[in-house]
Amino acid sequence: MPNVKSVLIAGVGGQGAILISRIMTEGLMEAGFDVKQSEVHGMAQRGGSVSTQVRFGDKVYGPVFGKGEADILIALEQMEAVRYAPFLKPDGVAVINAYRQESAATAAGLFQYPEGCLEAMQKQFKCIVVPANEIAEKLGNPRCMNVVLFGACCGLMGADSVNWEDVVRKVVPAKALELNLAAFRAGLAAAEKQE
Amino acid sequence: MKQLLSGNEAIARGIWEAGIKVASAYPGTPSTEVIENLPQYRDDIYCEWAPNEKVALEVAYGAAVAGSRSVTAMKMVGLNVAADPFFTASYLGVKGGFVIVNADDPSMHSSQNEQDNRYYARAAKVPLIEPSDAQECKDFVRYACEISEQFDTPVLFRTTTRVSHSKSLVELGERTEHEFTPYARNTKKYVCTPANSYAKRPLVEKRLADLAEFGYDSPLNRVEMKGTKIGVISASVAYQYAKEVFPEDASFLKLGLTFPLPMRLIREFAEKVETLYVVEELEPFMEDQIKAAGIPCIGKELTGTMYEMNTQVLRERIFGTKPETKLPDVDAVPRPPALCPGCPHRGFFYAMSRRKNVVLTGDIGCYTLGGTPPLNALDSVVCMGGGFTVAMGISKSFEREGVTDKLIFGCMGDSTFCHSGLTGAAEIIYNKGNVIPVVLDNRITGMTGQQDNPASGYTLLGEPSNDFNIEKVLDAMGFTVFIVDPLDLAAMNETIDSAIALRKEGKFPAIITRRPCVLLKRMPTPRKLCRVDPEKCRSCKMCLGCGCPAIALKDGKAHVDSGQCIGCTVCAQICPFGAIS
Repeated sequence: MPNVKSVLIAGVGGQGAILISRIMTEGLMEAGFDVKQSEVHGMAQRGGSVSTQVRFGDKVYGPVFGKGEADILIALEQMEAVRYAPFLKPDGVAVINAYRQESAATAAGLFQYPEGCLEAMQKQFKCIVVPANEIAEKLGNPRCMNVVLFGACCGLMGADSVNWEDVVRKVVPAKALELNLAAFRAGLAAAEKQE
Repeated sequence: MKQLLSGNEAIARGIWEAGIKVASAYPGTPSTEVIENLPQYRDDIYCEWAPNEKVALEVAYGAAVAGSRSVTAMKMVGLNVAADPFFTASYLGVKGGFVIVNADDPSMHSSQNEQDNRYYARAAKVPLIEPSDAQECKDFVRYACEISEQFDTPVLFRTTTRVSHSKSLVELGERTEHEFTPYARNTKKYVCTPANSYAKRPLVEKRLADLAEFGYDSPLNRVEMKGTKIGVISASVAYQYAKEVFPEDASFLKLGLTFPLPMRLIREFAEKVETLYVVEELEPFMEDQIKAAGIPCIGKELTGTMYEMNTQVLRERIFGTKPETKLPDVDAVPRPPALCPGCPHRGFFYAMSRRKNVVLTGDIGCYTLGGTPPLNALDSVVCMGGGFTVAMGISKSFEREGVTDKLIFGCMGDSTFCHSGLTGAAEIIYNKGNVIPVVLDNRITGMTGQQDNPASGYTLLGEPSNDFNIEKVLDAMGFTVFIVDPLDLAAMNETIDSAIALRKEGKFPAIITRRPCVLLKRMPTPRKLCRVDPEKCRSCKMCLGCGCPAIALKDGKAHVDSGQCIGCTVCAQICPFGAIS
């Protein structure tokens, strides 16, 4: 399907993948794209691995794509980048939060959290690695890490007509506006540094 | 201006536009947001959470009998609960349009099985409508109401997870009021005596024949004729995948009314194309009927009957195209869902996990996670309400088989207790079960995302309700009720011991563990933080046994993740060296 771009946002339940997809789809709609977004609720949200998919283009049919079909992978956690890497096209780009979060299975000592996730991703794919949690913590609230990461990836969307800062302004709650704008700009700057 | 809506949000909008006046449901992923999005239309629609799906379907059906348009919504296993009135409503028919929204969950993202509920339409002999995106979700509700009234039948409106939870652009419309005609008793129509049903039987068959013919030129079904080499018959979200995967010149018969199948339309389409594919998720529901009608087609031998499709899966199965992927040279390890940090259920399950010779049957809800490592505290989880009754069966088996060294507990949440635990509790008292029932009362329906229920004290509209008192109900049945804060481990263990002692005296104890869900906004849990003193920590790993995602070993010592910890102190109460405070 030419002219359709596919984005996969992966993370851990509660990290805020949904907000990223909301900002993204809002901006893409404004730019006049046909947009579809798909997410899963319920059981998986309780600290489990979660993913959200966004597709946009002239005309989008399938709301869900499969392996080897993502143009962009946004991972809010480094092991989740590895888990969803098979969804990336060989020439796709991964935007990865360098953060490492234990899973219930590794915390309980049933599995060992794998070492070298970032390096393994960088060996295979073009990657933008952002210490989004550190940046967010410096800004005063680790929870705005998701908006930092969005700032780092919005340049890849190929939707140049969109003023993403305005979209962030529109989507995030008013009381957290300044924090999220700072997070967005910090993410943008972090990505530029890597270019 | 188009809006980006999920399928469920669009159905809610469609309910409003179609002039529906009464809506009742029990939450269940992936159906919950249909009713959850109705309070915005409260001036036009009465909407409620019912105690369970059977009640919800009956309430909505009653409104349709009275003459209003009505809707109920449930996940696919919910229709198992509501199957009894569903089948009978098919014979009795309706006055106002009556729509049953049913959300299937292929791939079992949040479900216990992968049942394909299209078969319910066939079994109950009612029409089946399947939207394929959010626009159709909205638009088809109106058609469903019209078909319901025209053919005097309930309508099954089936989505899947990817229809319900995918967002796409929707052009909104306005509400059309449905005209209410004065109510009059109609015994012959609405009283399901054997004689009345016997007389209805041929009418039900005629209705199906009429509906099959109606489907021939219904706007719910459409032919997209292009080339004649390949023809594809498809419905629901599978249609979207197929549109992307098949060549540009493939012709499509896109069905929205999928039972009874419009076989005349299908036959005409089949005759125009050289090769016919039937593309549908899960079972060969359409394919079997099309083949039985003598129309050759390709389907399940390629597409398979298990798990949901996506564009890549369908492309590979139909055309053998393997995806091009690159794999990193490390492997991700499992990240299963777990009870949240601060979850009140953790105290109960930790206490139970340390006991030997205990059988604990669980139920559907967040507390299903009490069965995951490292807690491993559950023997079974079967269905809503099964937490008490499966335990009952185990106790009766043990009595017959001479198993005397096991203590048997059954647990479920507050919402599940109201859903179908009451009858199980009655069973334990009535038939003198050697079972201690435990209600894990966190004041909300948790797993589906914080919905109110009879025991939470509030309605769907957020208004205070009557006080449904779980302890008084159990007390009235004949139980001796213990109430405990499950995060106080000493009190939790003491309560379990007291209940066991009472049971051994031949009495019938029941336990209620009571503490609000840590995510409940109405009763916010004060946020504190546990800290590990690395000097005192002896790396015994006892604290890891509570399965809290906020605590792990770091450089050999216990370490609390300050971003996740809520300060519930369960790990601190476990630590034998007082290293956590």
